Amino acid sequence: MDATAEQVRKTAVGTALPHDSAHLHVSGRAAYTDDLPEPRDLLHVAVGLSSRAHARLRAIDLGDVLAAEGVVDVCLASDIPGENNCGPIVHDEKILATDTVEYAGQAIFAVAARTVEQARKAAQLANIDYEELEPILDPLTAVEKGSFVLPSETLTRGDPAAVIREAPRRLQRRITMGGQDQFYLEGHISMCVPQEDDGLLLYSSTQHPDEVQHLVANATNRAAKDVTCVCRRMGGAFGGKESQAATIACIAALMTIRTGRPCKLRLDRDVDMIMTGKRHDFVVDYDVGFDETGRIRGIDFTFASRCGISADLSGPVNDRTMFHCDNAYFLENVNITSHRCKTNTVSNTAFRGFGGPQGMFAIEYAIDDIARTLDLDPLEVRRRNFYGIGERDVTQYGQAIEDNILDMIADKLEASADYRKRRAAIRDFNASSPVLKRGIALTPVKFGISFTSTHLNQAGALVHVYRDGTVHLNHGGTEMGQGLLIKVAQVVADELGVPVSSIRNNAADTSKVPNASATAASSGSDMNGKAAQVAARKIRKRLTEFAARHFSVNESAVEFENGRVSVGPGRLEFAELVQLAWFDRVSLSATGFYKTPKINYDRSTFSGRPFFYFAYGAAVAEVIVDTLTGENRILRVDIVHDCGDSLNPAMDLGQVEGGFVQGAGWLTSEELCWNDAGELQTHAPSTYKIPTCSDLAPEFNVTLLENAANREDTIYGSKAVGEPPFMLAISVFHAIRDAIATDSDPLPALDAPATPEAVLRAIEAASP
Amino acid sequence: MTAVAAISSSDTSARANIRFVLDGEIVELDDVDPTRTVLQFLREDLRRTGTKEGCAEGDCGACTVVLAELDGSGNGLSLKAVNSCIQFLPTLDGKELITVESLDLHGNGLHPVQQAMVDQHGSQCGFCTPGFVMSLFALYKSQSDPSRRDIDDALAGNLCRCTGYRPIVAAASAMYDIPAADDDWLRQPHGSGVSVTDRVERLRQIARDSSLELHHGKRAFFAPRTIDELAATLDAHPDATILAGGTDIGLWVTKLQRELETVVYVGEVKEFAAIRESDAHLEIGGAATFSDAIPAILEHYPLLDDMLSRFASPPIRNTATLGGNVANGSPIGDSMPALMAAGASIVIRSADGSRELALDDFYHDYQVNDLRPGEFIERIRLPLPGPDTRLHCYKLSKRFDQDISAVCAAYRLELEDGCVKSIRIACGGLAVTVKRATHCEQAMTGRPWTEDTIAAGMAAFARDFEPITDMRASAEYRLRSGQNLLRRLYLETRGDLTESVYLYGRHG
Repeated sequence: MDATAEQVRKTAVGTALPHDSAHLHVSGRAAYTDDLPEPRDLLHVAVGLSSRAHARLRAIDLGDVLAAEGVVDVCLASDIPGENNCGPIVHDEKILATDTVEYAGQAIFAVAARTVEQARKAAQLANIDYEELEPILDPLTAVEKGSFVLPSETLTRGDPAAVIREAPRRLQRRITMGGQDQFYLEGHISMCVPQEDDGLLLYSSTQHPDEVQHLVANATNRAAKDVTCVCRRMGGAFGGKESQAATIACIAALMTIRTGRPCKLRLDRDVDMIMTGKRHDFVVDYDVGFDETGRIRGIDFTFASRCGISADLSGPVNDRTMFHCDNAYFLENVNITSHRCKTNTVSNTAFRGFGGPQGMFAIEYAIDDIARTLDLDPLEVRRRNFYGIGERDVTQYGQAIEDNILDMIADKLEASADYRKRRAAIRDFNASSPVLKRGIALTPVKFGISFTSTHLNQAGALVHVYRDGTVHLNHGGTEMGQGLLIKVAQVVADELGVPVSSIRNNAADTSKVPNASATAASSGSDMNGKAAQVAARKIRKRLTEFAARHFSVNESAVEFENGRVSVGPGRLEFAELVQLAWFDRVSLSATGFYKTPKINYDRSTFSGRPFFYFAYGAAVAEVIVDTLTGENRILRVDIVHDCGDSLNPAMDLGQVEGGFVQGAGWLTSEELCWNDAGELQTHAPSTYKIPTCSDLAPEFNVTLLENAANREDTIYGSKAVGEPPFMLAISVFHAIRDAIATDSDPLPALDAPATPEAVLRAIEAASP
Repeated sequence: MTAVAAISSSDTSARANIRFVLDGEIVELDDVDPTRTVLQFLREDLRRTGTKEGCAEGDCGACTVVLAELDGSGNGLSLKAVNSCIQFLPTLDGKELITVESLDLHGNGLHPVQQAMVDQHGSQCGFCTPGFVMSLFALYKSQSDPSRRDIDDALAGNLCRCTGYRPIVAAASAMYDIPAADDDWLRQPHGSGVSVTDRVERLRQIARDSSLELHHGKRAFFAPRTIDELAATLDAHPDATILAGGTDIGLWVTKLQRELETVVYVGEVKEFAAIRESDAHLEIGGAATFSDAIPAILEHYPLLDDMLSRFASPPIRNTATLGGNVANGSPIGDSMPALMAAGASIVIRSADGSRELALDDFYHDYQVNDLRPGEFIERIRLPLPGPDTRLHCYKLSKRFDQDISAVCAAYRLELEDGCVKSIRIACGGLAVTVKRATHCEQAMTGRPWTEDTIAAGMAAFARDFEPITDMRASAEYRLRSGQNLLRRLYLETRGDLTESVYLYGRHG
């Protein structure tokens, strides 16, 4: 750390301050995109969707749509002046379909009308002549037919085939795990307001304003300079607004340039769920060789994921699966095959964990099977396979793990959760309870932090200090509820020695901070916190130099704290110093830039250091299952999670708790169903069931690891926390397996999500 | 006071507009579109955007508002949380509407409920928060020391995707400890000083003593006030849509974009919502809400507690009616299995008079029932149980709260000397209508209450139903779990299974 850093007093940082908008949330005064004042002449847009999973579009007749009450205009692919693309990486996804449709729910046209209802009614009136084509509706069929959005990938270390063959014990299994809808409470929305000289201003509920800006510019045949994207907050996102928001924004913008009027597209919940991407569901085959102690000798994974019709973010999502199918375990001999299947279903996308959960789910299943085969406590087998320290510590992609705290966390949790005693008590309970069965499991999490695409690991910030000593803060990060803005404000407050109340958090805005990466990969506070720190330090340095000069003291005698500045023996208000500096023509505005150090990774060989560091945690879940019906319920959860030195323990606790419950939803009640025609059947909260209040375990103990500063130089020693806790919920799934395992069937074939039906199926499959 | 009443009574007869109270002011609207939702009115007309749309189907709770109306005595207020996204605007007539903005009207200071949510970090993205605040407010005003189960129940209709609920549950406990003004009915810390008396007076001022009739273009809305008026209105408009709670009809408008030309609202027919007890029956008015009907039913059939507490959510139960559920006749409606198993009948009314029909005979086919145009369900007659009658009902769904059944099965069992004296079984989710399991019943009637008889019943059960596969469950699961529920019943009667998974470890 440099001299400046040493002088920074941690006043705000580390404090459990409320979310910066909490008082606005609770009073209804927090403005989301649909709450913004509507400009005059605003038109409302609705989208006409394909009713077929795969078809050629013979003819599209929009006569009735145009004639409907209130309709002002319609837009087809042929009306797009620029590039008809919303693919964020590979340009393989159209904003509006051209000659074929590839999933039921794909956008074919847009209609603008005076009211939302008029637009939505009109969108139903199109006469579309489809020529049906054969759809591919599941990943296994896609593999069979060689239907992929991207080439399959493999990663091999050692000689897994031989080792598995020669291992004392061997197991093989096919696992299926479902996808998941993000189910942010605020659906996708974008409002485009025309600006002079062909400019466009977009208010978008997006995790990635930069991408919205660029894709809108491409589609409307403009340059990036002509398009501005602003997002003050989202009503939840979870990855679902990383790439998906661009489609919505592009449609609003296309309607705006056609009509010359402001246009707003707000998706109805059902349309949102039908039209936009979700977490990938996977089918995994594993083949594992192990010894009598349960230690893995070699393992082979074949992953097949449902990517939908286009690449979207499926490349990096599936890469992350390959990077996380070790979870906490050293896999000396391993082969990983990853198929990125093209299916005639919505293009799947980012969702908290980003492929990591699916990789971890696979290895945890294998480990659980190994333990149950050997009649060992699964926790023992897990611990036997943990990465070592100084040995057995290199991942399958060649990154040495330098910050392993798995054993320490497991020790702590085993004790605080009273794991062994409770496991014994549960065994006793089950012996005397024929119908209700309880189960318990402890599972760990090790999650790599950084975008695996190295170039995305950069961030910018903009800090202004005004003459009255108050601060305007911008950075490239977006607020989706995770508390990013308050965390970064806490950093800036301490860097400038001002109270957090002196700082105004501002909307993410591409005209303030350019070229920002998506707020994703849990990297928001790591990267934007650092960038804002850089900006704040520039200003502080200038103020320090000025104060030293002005008051004739050494720079080391200038200290900033709590809105005051000590200059040698004297003190003055921060605002007074700022006023003096302004008078002396000192610049009080600065940008900050940060790029994550040390990462270096070769995508072509899947080797190197994709991750700056790892975040760790572990959870114990206890459940009860009704073996007559498969109904199951979480009774108790204990978590120990590593946030490094937390920037804000309240926000971090919220991420851990919320992530866990969301993960439990993925593995229990949340089930996506398609019918034989490829139509999504679960597209509303009436049919798609995320956890409710009563699903929260009656006993829910979460501990953030203390005195656990990140070994890497992150912002104030903190660690990323957005995604890692999601995967703590794998403990719930294995607790259910534990509950239904019997002597005659110690390895129940339970699929995820463990709905009552899935659980009963697993129980009955085992029954003689 | 008398003056106000006088003005109001002379005023209402001529009024063809609606009046309700918002933040202490009487709002009067004319030319109201009858199927405009309260949420659209708030967000689009008033630009009062604190209340959010999350799903537009009453399933997420982001749109929750609270309605206050005169209680039975006419001297106090009763309040209920409702989903504004599926509540039609004219149903506000005569009520007070309380939204999230009402709780901190002038930004003077947060309401205790709001402050508790801030203190406990109960919001993250904040989009669901206004809805939670309103459900918590309804809880705050109705209970003083809620248990965890009370809290879960009060919040069953609100989805949060960020927090995992723990801090919201904490706020539900902490909100009572935050100081509030005693003279203010809302109990804002810097109270507006509007007491319950003031509010009652305001509501009396807008009370209506004749029926409401609205016309808006092609659309018409009628809110009769007596059963006779209701029958006459339906006689004059046999094709009208009968609107009670609107928890299904609301979706016809928000989701299916259907145009409802004539709507007859039954919520103002007080006698239609009455619940009374005769010698052998509980007589539940067709327009009684679930919130009113459930306690009355539980008094006689306490074993239905588990199932009825999982019936939809408080905002839905507060508006949805038993008659509406029965008339709607969904094969997965949750009230009918228990009613049918209990041997309930329905009294059907029209301008021509009334007739009584066993619920067994009411459903003919998928969404086809015995109601003719102009007819409505006046009341449901639920037989009171005999001393040895047990009525059990089980619901299976992917999620425990606020979910639609994959299977709902009800059993009325009478045992005598260890034998099945009588058993009636009715199931939802297994056929195109809620239906009796007659083969199963026959296989067990008169036989000893033993494992063998249960096995025979389970085998016969498979002949009663040919369920379908859909997103809620497969045909196999519906049948298998339906059979297994019979075993659950058996174990429960023997005392071998004393607890459901739902309530296990969750007492208090």
